[in-house]
Amino acid sequence: MIEVLKKEVNSFLNSLIAYIVIAVFLTGIGLLMWIFPETSVLEYAYADMGTLFNLGPYVFMFLIPAITMRSLAEEKKGGTIELLLTKPLTDWDIILGKYLSGFTLVLFALIPTTIYYYAIYQLGSPVGNIDTAGVIGSYIGLSLLGAVFTSFGIFASAISRNQIVSFIVAVFLCFFCYTGFDSLASIDVWGNWSRSLEQLGILYHYNAMSKGLLDTRNIIYFLSVIGIMLLSTNLVLGSRKW
Amino acid sequence: MSIKVNHLIKTFGEQNAVDDITFDAREGEVLGFLGPNGAGKSTTMKIATSYLPPTSGSVEVCGYDVVNDPIAVRKNIGYLPEHNPLYLEMYVHEYLRFVGRLHGIKGKKLRGRVEEMIQMCGLEREQNKKIEALSKGYRQRVGLAQSLIHDPTVLILDEPTSGLDPNQLLEIRNLIKQVSQNKTVIFSTHIMQEVQALCDRVIVIDKGKLVADDPLEKLKVERKNHNLVTVAFTEAVDQAKLEAIEGVIEVIDKGNGSYELKAEVDKDIRPSVFKIASDNNYSLIELKQEEATMENVFHELTRKEDKGS
Repeated sequence: MIEVLKKEVNSFLNSLIAYIVIAVFLTGIGLLMWIFPETSVLEYAYADMGTLFNLGPYVFMFLIPAITMRSLAEEKKGGTIELLLTKPLTDWDIILGKYLSGFTLVLFALIPTTIYYYAIYQLGSPVGNIDTAGVIGSYIGLSLLGAVFTSFGIFASAISRNQIVSFIVAVFLCFFCYTGFDSLASIDVWGNWSRSLEQLGILYHYNAMSKGLLDTRNIIYFLSVIGIMLLSTNLVLGSRKW
Repeated sequence: MSIKVNHLIKTFGEQNAVDDITFDAREGEVLGFLGPNGAGKSTTMKIATSYLPPTSGSVEVCGYDVVNDPIAVRKNIGYLPEHNPLYLEMYVHEYLRFVGRLHGIKGKKLRGRVEEMIQMCGLEREQNKKIEALSKGYRQRVGLAQSLIHDPTVLILDEPTSGLDPNQLLEIRNLIKQVSQNKTVIFSTHIMQEVQALCDRVIVIDKGKLVADDPLEKLKVERKNHNLVTVAFTEAVDQAKLEAIEGVIEVIDKGNGSYELKAEVDKDIRPSVFKIASDNNYSLIELKQEEATMENVFHELTRKEDKGS
């Protein structure tokens, strides 16, 4: 598993993919946080990082599928999956290697944004007037969200040998599970079920974490979604044996 | 036994891709796997490498069952899939190191093995190139190097020479010959010369069924139903005299004093032809008995099946 992970991270770093992903993410978030007046912290005049945590998921929604779309689709198309699957590796070694490499790249993109925390910390009046616990909770939330999106991406990459299809499926899954359930719940037909429906979506749990409240229920939710997606991926990969 | 295939059946949908095949490969044997396209060669190999499971029947590699013990099987085989898939964006030595590590080879030993493979497969000058920059012949060498890096006991090569030019073909063939000295090798092909050049034993399959499993020599001799002798004189001769030779079945006039004689398998008619020429003062300018080629054998075996179905 480690070998697959290493190879994938290396191939991200050796190709332009990693740098483009990180640069686009940081430029996008940087612009939103500091330049664009509608969302800029400077205009907002409250020392918090809401912009990063509210808009970050939308940037991830496109960037993460772009990272993961090739992972299994390319192996299937090029036939190299046959090479991997006839080496002493289990299907899980391959899936987890691919998954964790994608997640590593997401973390690489996220780490530099901690500078924003430092900047806002210094800009606050008085200095340090920022909800640190909230920020930490939000970071954990955003990382978990990235982890969930990565699992969607890996699954979408497993079901097709076409990278474009994988990308579009992954974007849709991310979008639907992030805000889709929430929006559906707001339709006035569910009665008492609407709250349960809302809780199926990511947004509900993500918002809870943004408040700096690390509730095990939310963490379990994220981990279960990841688990379900990776199990489905394993099922798809194993379907060659049917 | 290095490989034991027992009543193997693989069904895709309604179609039997592999239909009740049984054979085995002894240690150190080079086994040619022959058959027309779509005969089930690749499928059999994919099952033997534990990539696909059998529908029924079983395959054992080095005593390990491909279904119950796939990891042990994979440790013992080197596999070069059809079309030789490679990570094109990787460097040659990087790729070999990666595959070595997948097999659990580490550190100094890994470096040594990679070095050895690069030398053995003649990749010294290409080792710092990206695989995408290599020609097909060199890519094939990388594919072979990859399959050999963990020094497997069994080597499974799916059409290792397809799409190569004649020089590359010869090089790859020599390479296979070189490595086959202490390994069990199974390779599939539809090129007959290759079988003649490399194999101890030949397995012919057609439409998923085993139609022959014989040592090469035996196959050549037994499956042939006549000898073909080409004779040429400076001018046309009396055909009846040729027909009268004992053992000749048929004489075909090719014009300009050229004849093709079909003769019984166990008779060499060449001395008689020469005698007739000297007795009648014919000037004999060509006398050649055609070698039984695998090509003929192959045609016969697979055509027969055609009629049957």
